[in-house]
Amino acid sequence: MASFWEYANPRKFMATSAFLLPWTAGIAGLCLVTGLVWGFFFTPDDFRQGSTVKIIYVHVPSAIMAVNAWLMMLVASLIWVIRRHHVSALAAKAAAPVGMVFTVIALATGALWGQPMWGTWWEWDPRLTSFLILFLFYLGYMALWEAIDNPDSAADLTAVLCLVGSVFAIISRYALVFWNQGLHQGATLSLDREQNIANVFWYPLVITLAGFGFLFLALVLYRTQTEIRARRLKALIAQERMA
Amino acid sequence: MMPDLGTYAVPVLSSYGVSLILLFAVIAASIWKARRIRARLEQVESRRDRTT
Repeated sequence: MASFWEYANPRKFMATSAFLLPWTAGIAGLCLVTGLVWGFFFTPDDFRQGSTVKIIYVHVPSAIMAVNAWLMMLVASLIWVIRRHHVSALAAKAAAPVGMVFTVIALATGALWGQPMWGTWWEWDPRLTSFLILFLFYLGYMALWEAIDNPDSAADLTAVLCLVGSVFAIISRYALVFWNQGLHQGATLSLDREQNIANVFWYPLVITLAGFGFLFLALVLYRTQTEIRARRLKALIAQERMA
Repeated sequence: MMPDLGTYAVPVLSSYGVSLILLFAVIAASIWKARRIRARLEQVESRRDRTT
């Protein structure tokens, strides 16, 4: 079996990702269409929340993936800092816009859900506030990559920013456990509970969550390929100027 | 076919609308950037091949 570190070689990564990309994109499309259609058209209303419960199928997966995307960026950044593999730094860079979009979806759908249920679009609740800060960290991370011309320096500084932002990513997930207050309810999906929500809501939610996960994977693979090409392009242009 | 969303039709439909628009936007932006970089790289590589 190939060592994990072989994928630090851009050629090996490009070949493997080219093979994986159609599969991950296909599974993502299938899961998203199945989960969203099932959730929207074929699930009943909740006895308390009415039809707004259907927002769960876009809100919860995007919120989970917003945090997971940052944690993936953290792992990739640590690999860069420790082992200096360029592909890992580029993968972290590639993941940021996707994670930022998931964060915006979670914030927007949360506000749309909160207004009819809580009577307000926004509240300075621990979980909502930590998600807003996570969104600002995503913006800062992307801006820092663009602001620094030297890619190695950019990777170093963004890795530090990613490490600091991880505190907020973790707070976003466990805000309710830490503070035990605020409007937002507890975790909808949890590994340590035998029964999460009623099965009629749970099955399409898990399928949609898988769809968001595979979509993230497909987009990160695709965008990392682009970042690798962009890096080669930059190197070739620099060579031309030197000649 | 369309479920009866009652008084919550606007927030539910808006949530799905916003989510789908943003997901399609990030996919479209990724494809657009990939095509632009690939075309530029092919251009530079072919120029380099001609000169060597």
